[in-house]
Amino acid sequence: MNFNIYDFTDFVTSVSNWLNEILSPELAVITGMAIIGIIFLLFIALLGLSLVYIERKVCAFFQQRLGPMRVGFWGTAQTIADIIKLIFKEPLVTKNADKFLFNLAAFIVMIAPLLAIAAVPFAKGLHVLDFDIGIFYVTAVSSIGVTGILLAGWSSNNKYSLIGAMRSGAQIVSYELSVGLSLLTIIILTGSLQLSEIVNSQSDGWWIFKGNIPAVIAFIIFIIASTAESNRGPFDLAEAESEITAGFHTEYSGIKFAFFFLSEYVNLFIIAAIGTTVFFGGWMPLHLGNLTFFNNIMDFIPPLIWFFMKVAALLFLIMWFKWTFPRLRIDQMLTLEWKYLLPLNLMNLMLMSIVSLNGWHF
Amino acid sequence: MIKSIIKYFSEIFRGVKSLLTGMKITGYYFTHPKEIITQQYPENRETLKMFDRFRGEVVLIHDENNEHKCTGCSACEIACPNGTIEIISDKAIDPETGKPKKVIDKFVYHLSMCTFCNLCIIACPTDAIKMAQTFEHSVFDRTKLTKVLNKPGSKIMAGIKE
Repeated sequence: MNFNIYDFTDFVTSVSNWLNEILSPELAVITGMAIIGIIFLLFIALLGLSLVYIERKVCAFFQQRLGPMRVGFWGTAQTIADIIKLIFKEPLVTKNADKFLFNLAAFIVMIAPLLAIAAVPFAKGLHVLDFDIGIFYVTAVSSIGVTGILLAGWSSNNKYSLIGAMRSGAQIVSYELSVGLSLLTIIILTGSLQLSEIVNSQSDGWWIFKGNIPAVIAFIIFIIASTAESNRGPFDLAEAESEITAGFHTEYSGIKFAFFFLSEYVNLFIIAAIGTTVFFGGWMPLHLGNLTFFNNIMDFIPPLIWFFMKVAALLFLIMWFKWTFPRLRIDQMLTLEWKYLLPLNLMNLMLMSIVSLNGWHF
Repeated sequence: MIKSIIKYFSEIFRGVKSLLTGMKITGYYFTHPKEIITQQYPENRETLKMFDRFRGEVVLIHDENNEHKCTGCSACEIACPNGTIEIISDKAIDPETGKPKKVIDKFVYHLSMCTFCNLCIIACPTDAIKMAQTFEHSVFDRTKLTKVLNKPGSKIMAGIKE
């Protein structure tokens, strides 16, 4: 088995060959899927734990606070303590709730990010699903989550839950459009929907630099719209303590509440990962023109580290938004999408087509 | 038509500019950990210093000779809106003039009733009392909140008159 930190293709093939040698073909496929599933579940659990802690710390520093400091060194064990508390809490179900849908909703909300994360290219060859319609697949499956939210609101048999779910539904349905169109702007340049193709097309420079002004506008629209799509602040209308308490997850407690919480953070990671892949070259290192020495140093850093560094930068940007900007009202939010983002997006798409046709990009 | 288009785009730019101003401020706080105002209280008990105007409790100022400035005039007792201060006074012979003089026997202060309004300190003609900066006042027994502020054996400073 030859393990190469810069290219995982050989490693992945040798693992699958080894599985095929010791097992029958059907069993090998099942075992492979099980291994990948376990890796992703562990990854998501770790991601949720660390992102909750990072979010709380970042938020605290933006607000001149210290954040969690008591449990463990600098409060690092705080989220572990929280998850233990949530596991031991009683999973309450309201008396007139639709129990089947109520329980199902928490899982649907969790399934959507699990499906989407499979398409994320982590490094060269480290890619579970490499469809030729990758971007389309990600935008499609990530909107399954809204079904879970609507179901949660409906089945709770609580007016606050229902209002919260409808708000969140209206929000996700409208902002989905902007996310899709802003990604499409870059697709004009790549000419392919396949995520690995998109990454490869950026080997000589990231699209945000190569794509001229329209790429920058597309990125800004993407980051705004995807923040709204993940129901995060400043668009966190689905949760409004003063009006509709906790929104669609008002009636959820214990581990089912943790599912909603976790799915928000995994969605956040997927947004950052897709943004990284499309605009910032995925796992591609930063190359500057003909500076060979600089480029060699950049090549020396493994692609996995590049990928996670870029994702972390984007996550930080989204957190910065959340803890700086004031919240929008529901009508303001829809105005922003339909009167500002959508027309700008369409104009930008046209601009990008002109740039692409005339070859003004690099 | 042209006007409305210009208005549309200028609105967008104004909005983006104001958002960036906000991000600049929070970014400044993020990169300057000195700005953090959180006090880690039980850990920093030794170094924690309350701000100057903090009102913790009323104390009677004693100097190193165990002398205070209180003449027992009851101005603070009258000024107090909720009967927190009770002055039990006594008669004593003034050593200089040989005449009987009013001195305090007990300066009783009910911390449990005090609203920390500072009126007694303003009322005091001789600046005998002040607000201390202590704040750990919790006790297991309510009677412990009734304090006698003059120390045992203390007497009035020479030359202090009403």
